Amino acid sequence: MTSTATKPVSTMLYRSRRLRLGSLLTLPLVWLVGLYIASLALLLATAFWRVDPFTSKVTPAFQFDAFEQLLSNQAYLSTSLRTLGIALTVTLVSAAFAIPLGIYMAKIASPWMRGFLAVAITLPLWAGYLVKILAMRVTFTEEGFFNSFFGVFGISGPGFSQTTVVLTLTYLWFPYMALPVYTAIRQIPVNLFDASADLGARGWTTIRTVVMPLLAPALIAGSVFTFSLSLGDYIAAELVGGRTQMIGSVIANNINLNPPVAAAFALVPIAFVVLYLLGTRRTGALERM
Amino acid sequence: MLRLTRGARVALGAVVGVVLVFMYVPLMLVIVNSFNAARIPSWPIEEFSLRWWEAAFANEALWTAVGNSVIVGLGAMVIALLLGTLSAFALQRFDFFGKQTVNLLIVLPIALPGVVTGVAFSNTYNNVLEPIGIQLGYFGMIVAHATFCIVMVFNNVFARLRRMSPSMQEASMDLGASLWQTFRLVTFPQFRTAFVAGALLAFALSFDELVVTIFTAPAGVDTLPLWIFNQMSRPNEATQVNVIATVLILLSFIPVYVSQRLTRAEEDER
Repeated sequence: MTSTATKPVSTMLYRSRRLRLGSLLTLPLVWLVGLYIASLALLLATAFWRVDPFTSKVTPAFQFDAFEQLLSNQAYLSTSLRTLGIALTVTLVSAAFAIPLGIYMAKIASPWMRGFLAVAITLPLWAGYLVKILAMRVTFTEEGFFNSFFGVFGISGPGFSQTTVVLTLTYLWFPYMALPVYTAIRQIPVNLFDASADLGARGWTTIRTVVMPLLAPALIAGSVFTFSLSLGDYIAAELVGGRTQMIGSVIANNINLNPPVAAAFALVPIAFVVLYLLGTRRTGALERM
Repeated sequence: MLRLTRGARVALGAVVGVVLVFMYVPLMLVIVNSFNAARIPSWPIEEFSLRWWEAAFANEALWTAVGNSVIVGLGAMVIALLLGTLSAFALQRFDFFGKQTVNLLIVLPIALPGVVTGVAFSNTYNNVLEPIGIQLGYFGMIVAHATFCIVMVFNNVFARLRRMSPSMQEASMDLGASLWQTFRLVTFPQFRTAFVAGALLAFALSFDELVVTIFTAPAGVDTLPLWIFNQMSRPNEATQVNVIATVLILLSFIPVYVSQRLTRAEEDER
């Protein structure tokens, strides 16, 4: 067996399945567990640590002060609920526009129009996060386009407020909802539409009874993005939200002043995202993403 | 066929119109405003000028920030390519205990809010590594970026591997090729487009990342998003931001074009 002598590494790896798997997995696991998970664990441990009231240095301890502060302070609760509400609104608004858009693209548009719209939806994804927030700022600022354009009709814009935060987050994450919904509508077999029409269903009946139930997995997949990305965001609130505070703002503002409170509050978005993922996982939609 | 009344078709078309206006009018406003002579974005524009374009191109801090973003993006991309490809092979070719958990580990950095990831890394850098004398500095930013970029490479390579038949590699090995030869000559060419797509996505994700950078960038170092963010936080000095945003909007045609080409190449390969 000359090959054994000339290719010792290949032969050794070929013979041992465990060695092959180990050589593939070691580096990624060292990185993800040793660095990332360890950092997360350490951050969460900080939630139980003590801030020295005089030197404001953090020392290891096991106490629940940070959690007590979170629960006793009404502002933290309302911030959590407000953030949850914003994330859900963004998800609902995105779905409300993604469905008609998807139906139009898949069923009404000509092939050329379909290709054009597919690119038109994807393009802003690449335009950059801050570019889009800037675009919203330019649109809704006091002297900006919206007020000047609609002012003629006596309509004044939302300015920099919670409404603008919802609009901006929708603007940012809408493509993540629109693309899976469109793909799902295209994948519905044509003969289902024919059957529905042959049985006498009109357009809206077909949409309600045939399309919508088949869309559920795509809507859930899209909502995972719109929901969790909106939930964790705080830059939009800072730049177009006026005085709107979100969960992320509280974490970012406290990380230097009061690390235990920031760490404890970091658990809130983690809990929301994990609960949401577990809830959607039961539907089996994620496996089909 | 889906039977829709004329009214319904018009209504659907109107929704598409609203979506397109909502998506593109604000971007156009940014482009037009980059030529606005005024200090504050306003409408209608009273005087056009190229002064902010000139100022932006002469701004050294801006160019340094662009350079930093490119370096961090390339560094994160290389690490993500290595770790993402390794884990894609492990999860696609093997069945083992804890496979689901490893999958979750790869997705987690992007599923959790950026502020949590950023704060976790900065906490480790400042309170664990620094006291024992390890200063990651610039590299710390690359490490954090690479962590959430792994999933981009992983997803692309994993999806491709699933469609590849292992028999070609077995044939190659049976004919006496070493593992490395087989990988280089047989396996890699089959998933090359997925590899490139993953690299592009990883770079783009890192290039655009702000929140994790806020917490992990060493003092005095700006990436492009960080520079833009700092300018936007001081509204009266945000004039050059419109210029760089316009450039970024125009640059976004490149990845769309490349991804269209990649999809076409992929369809040809099949």
